[in-house]
Amino acid sequence: MDTDFHRNASKKTLSNTIIDQPTKTWYDSAVTSNYKLRRLRDKFVKSFTIVCVVAVLYPLSSMLYMFVYKGATLISLSTITQPTIGSSSFVSGGLANAIEGTLLLLGIGSSVAVCLGVMGGVYIAEFSRNSSLAKGIRFGVDVLAGVPSIVLGYVGFLLLVIYFGWGYSALAGGLTLSVFMFPYIIRTTELALRKVPDEVREAAKALGSNNATVVNRLTLRFALPGIITGILLAISIGLGETAPLLYTASFSNYVPSALLQSPVGYLTYVVYVFSQLPSAEAHSLAYQASFLLIAIIVTLNFAARVLVQRFSKVT
Amino acid sequence: MNPRVYDRIYGSATALCSATSILFIFVIGLVLLTYSYPSIVVNGIRFFTTVTWNPDLSGAVTTLNGFKTMSNASYGILVFVTGTLITSALALLIGVPVAIGIAVFLTEVAPPKLSAVVSFLVELLAGIPSVVYGFWGFLVLGPFLLQTFEPFLSEHLYFIPVFDGPVYSSGLLASGIIVALMIIPIIASISRDAMARTPKELKEGGRALGLTDHEVTTKIVFPYAKSSIFGSIMLGLGRALGETMAVAMVSNSAINELPKTAFYPINTMAAFMAQSLDSAFTDPSGMYVHSLVEMGLVLLAITMIVNVLARFLVRQGFISGAETVVRV
Repeated sequence: MDTDFHRNASKKTLSNTIIDQPTKTWYDSAVTSNYKLRRLRDKFVKSFTIVCVVAVLYPLSSMLYMFVYKGATLISLSTITQPTIGSSSFVSGGLANAIEGTLLLLGIGSSVAVCLGVMGGVYIAEFSRNSSLAKGIRFGVDVLAGVPSIVLGYVGFLLLVIYFGWGYSALAGGLTLSVFMFPYIIRTTELALRKVPDEVREAAKALGSNNATVVNRLTLRFALPGIITGILLAISIGLGETAPLLYTASFSNYVPSALLQSPVGYLTYVVYVFSQLPSAEAHSLAYQASFLLIAIIVTLNFAARVLVQRFSKVT
Repeated sequence: MNPRVYDRIYGSATALCSATSILFIFVIGLVLLTYSYPSIVVNGIRFFTTVTWNPDLSGAVTTLNGFKTMSNASYGILVFVTGTLITSALALLIGVPVAIGIAVFLTEVAPPKLSAVVSFLVELLAGIPSVVYGFWGFLVLGPFLLQTFEPFLSEHLYFIPVFDGPVYSSGLLASGIIVALMIIPIIASISRDAMARTPKELKEGGRALGLTDHEVTTKIVFPYAKSSIFGSIMLGLGRALGETMAVAMVSNSAINELPKTAFYPINTMAAFMAQSLDSAFTDPSGMYVHSLVEMGLVLLAITMIVNVLARFLVRQGFISGAETVVRV
């Protein structure tokens, strides 16, 4: 009887503690206030991320306003048809020399870089994916992509302009630019090829094809949009570069006529140098060159983006 | 042609093309070492510890350790090394929080459509040529800093040592901010891709335990994407160290003086190299050119270490959308 009573009593207190505790302890109130704090912190961090986005979009819109809007109002047909006249103290005329020079330099640079890059990418993606040579090449490509562009420009100057005696020229500038663009192309080519599923290769090999046939007939065709995307982006990166060309192509007011021994003009030089000249005509040319650069780069990026989307639908 | 022979030729031709990457590195290294050798011998360790860069173009040619140099020439890259480090540090200080904030906005906060638009705009920022950044910095940012922002800092925040002093130039802050703007798209888009790869189950598990969005981000998404985020920061640093044209246009080209406050002009190795090869050719002894090449060698060594480390860290993150859109 006595023990029974005790057992009941202890049962009662136990059930009481279980039911009563959650509403009253220090622990609960601490959790509630902490939860408010956590919610507050969550809101604060979310607003911080919005501030970050605005902090970046403000300069972007300022740049686009200046160079796209103002540049577009300044540009005219004579910009494209007439070359630059005069030099440091007085500059006028158009940008025909710089536009044609840019096309020539990019033409030389991208044709060399595309040949080497696409072929090189095929090798490390298809022929020896895991060999130590392929690993060494990948490391080399990484290192090459990290070489500062001005250092590349110096090497181009010392080797091509001075040592080989080519002078400031389209070929020296174009080849330096190709070394700059090559790592991007080889890497994007490799990535595009590796996205092609291995089953495709295995099926072709099972039918008796060798590596060369697999690449030519199958994987290269699947990967083509990805490879072209990489090439377009490499061209847009090359288009925006100045440092590799400063001491290899120099600048000229004349439309390029020879590959060797004659300096070539290009658009980024116009922005770099003419923007720091005092005259209004020079500034106007710098605005127009900026507009052309941004317009071409945006177009190339847009084309690349469309290709990426089509590419991701295919595979 | 016999298919087996064709395959062999095809393989060797492509191997040759990919091996040019190693050839290029070899040639770059060889050219830089050959041309900087006279400077390494003549300048020695003083090259790294001297503030003064004075080629003494009006002096007389003398011979030192077997190489020609000008009699009173002094080549010290301390100003440029300091400038490069300050610019990169400032760029990271501003750029990293903003870029990670953007990556969080894109993956965790914004609805998908808004996220796509903002992604496009941020990547557009990556495509703008550095000379255009420089032009903008020279026209808009520099004058704003010099006339409005820096006087404000100097008047109200003078108790912080770096803001204590008269306003001379917008060079240091403008360089840092411009380079920050250039590295933000790199860090933001690689981090975004890495964060977007976090398995949904992990995030849902966190949510089920009652975590807020912010806690899911810091406790689940960040640890998961840690190595890629860190790698993207290193890639940004590599880019910041080598940035040339924009800094050359906004830094106000400091020489022979280390910055004492945030209101000083500055100069970086890359920017100085871009500005001075022309004048280097007026040096009859040729030592000016050799010293500039040695500066290039130092810059290459620093950026190479950073880049190789970064690429090693980002490796898995490389098979992703960011790499195809953003220059890294």
